[in-house]
Amino acid sequence: MKTTTRPYLLLAACGIMLAGSAAADEFTKADLDRWQAEYQASVDKGEKLFHGGLKSKNTVSCDQCHPNATNIHPETYPKFQQQLGKVVVLGEMINWCIMNPLESEPLALDDPDMVDLQSYIHWERRGVALEPGKH
Amino acid sequence: MSKSLNRREFLKRGSALLAAGSLPLSLVEVAFGKNSPENFTFAYVSDSHITHVKGKEFVRNWDRGLIRAIAETNLLDPRPDFVFYGGDIAQLGKREEIDHGLEILSALRGDVHYVMGEHDYYLDLGDYWRKQLGPDHYSFDHKGVHFVVLNSILTFDEWTHDKWPSAEERMHQMARLDNPQGSPFMVGQAQRDWLKKDLDKISKDTPLVVLSHSPLQKIYKGWNFWTDDAEQVQALLKPFNKVSVLYGHVHQIQYNQIGNISFNSAMATAWPWPYPASYKQAASYMPKLTVDMNRANPFFERDATGWQFINTHTGNVDVHYLLPDNTNRVVAYDRKAGHPVDSEYQAAEDRIPPQTHY
Repeated sequence: MKTTTRPYLLLAACGIMLAGSAAADEFTKADLDRWQAEYQASVDKGEKLFHGGLKSKNTVSCDQCHPNATNIHPETYPKFQQQLGKVVVLGEMINWCIMNPLESEPLALDDPDMVDLQSYIHWERRGVALEPGKH
Repeated sequence: MSKSLNRREFLKRGSALLAAGSLPLSLVEVAFGKNSPENFTFAYVSDSHITHVKGKEFVRNWDRGLIRAIAETNLLDPRPDFVFYGGDIAQLGKREEIDHGLEILSALRGDVHYVMGEHDYYLDLGDYWRKQLGPDHYSFDHKGVHFVVLNSILTFDEWTHDKWPSAEERMHQMARLDNPQGSPFMVGQAQRDWLKKDLDKISKDTPLVVLSHSPLQKIYKGWNFWTDDAEQVQALLKPFNKVSVLYGHVHQIQYNQIGNISFNSAMATAWPWPYPASYKQAASYMPKLTVDMNRANPFFERDATGWQFINTHTGNVDVHYLLPDNTNRVVAYDRKAGHPVDSEYQAAEDRIPPQTHY
């Protein structure tokens, strides 16, 4: 592990020196647009996964119970999921749905599909205030 | 193996229900006065969304919902005069799904009257459904009540005939509730003309009960909780003293009163849907009268699903929502108030935390 990470650290350090005078926290309108587009691409992928694109052994898809990603309440996570008896992140509830109504295999919490699903779920809930812990 | 388990589960649940003396059914009662021999009840089961996976495999969860509703309906005492099935037997209109659904429904004791849902229709435009079940709009009289069934899930010809490369694609598009490429439901001119003629023969003091799959009122267009020509249909119903509209599609408790017309929805046997107000990016028009069903607990597979038992003792309907894994609800027409009222939760101060959706 150590031997593989060290060269990367070195390269990164060189990169910073080469960039010279560019300030780390200065960015342009073009940067903002690009970053938003990257996120929107993830939303679009998530929207497709949510509407039948996810591998589902029994063909059931997320949108069948959650049109427009409603009744998921991403703004309330992490929260005490009373049915699981512990505080969980949203990804754990998504996996519960994948394993039960969809009768399929859960995703790693950092699986790109899991990230895209959450991009879409949050996008449909945009503007709603955070209420961590709310049931 | 699974057959014997199912049977055991059925027997266990059936006897528990009998012991409890209450049934998770939604009953509709049409009433003519307390001890009138004309009083009768009927059961109302809807939205089973039987889904073919492959070969002989179907989605177990949705099968179980319909099987349970039928088992419970068969336990009703006194027996309902008949049963209405409110539409969406199938998920994607496939013959396998309609056949499998009808095989499960064949266990029902008594006559069943069927309503067409969009999931039954948009693969072959209802051909197989009609071949199995007959016309998709019809009327009949029963003990002084005139019943009308409409196919309310039609849409613009262009969307139906010109927009999609295949029938399967059209079905998939209409099966997606939140589809921005979708199209609003409607009864259409031809059926409205038929309805007008049908009602011309009926005296205005005859109680009317109208069944449609989509609500004949406008609640939220984005999910087709909506019928585009609702006002035109309502206008045809307006001259009658007592009118009740019963509809499926929405997978949740809704009720409303518009002039002389009472509206009551059916729960799905398959799965519940959120209330449109929980979608924060669009406005919706949920009837203020409605006290929401409890929020579903997904860990209880049948929670927030159910069926209804209906009384007709006043010529209006009393809907008993039978809710497995939850407390049953009764929404009855209140003559004094002039609209449907929940028997327990109607007043704001009587509501409970699970009825808050967000």
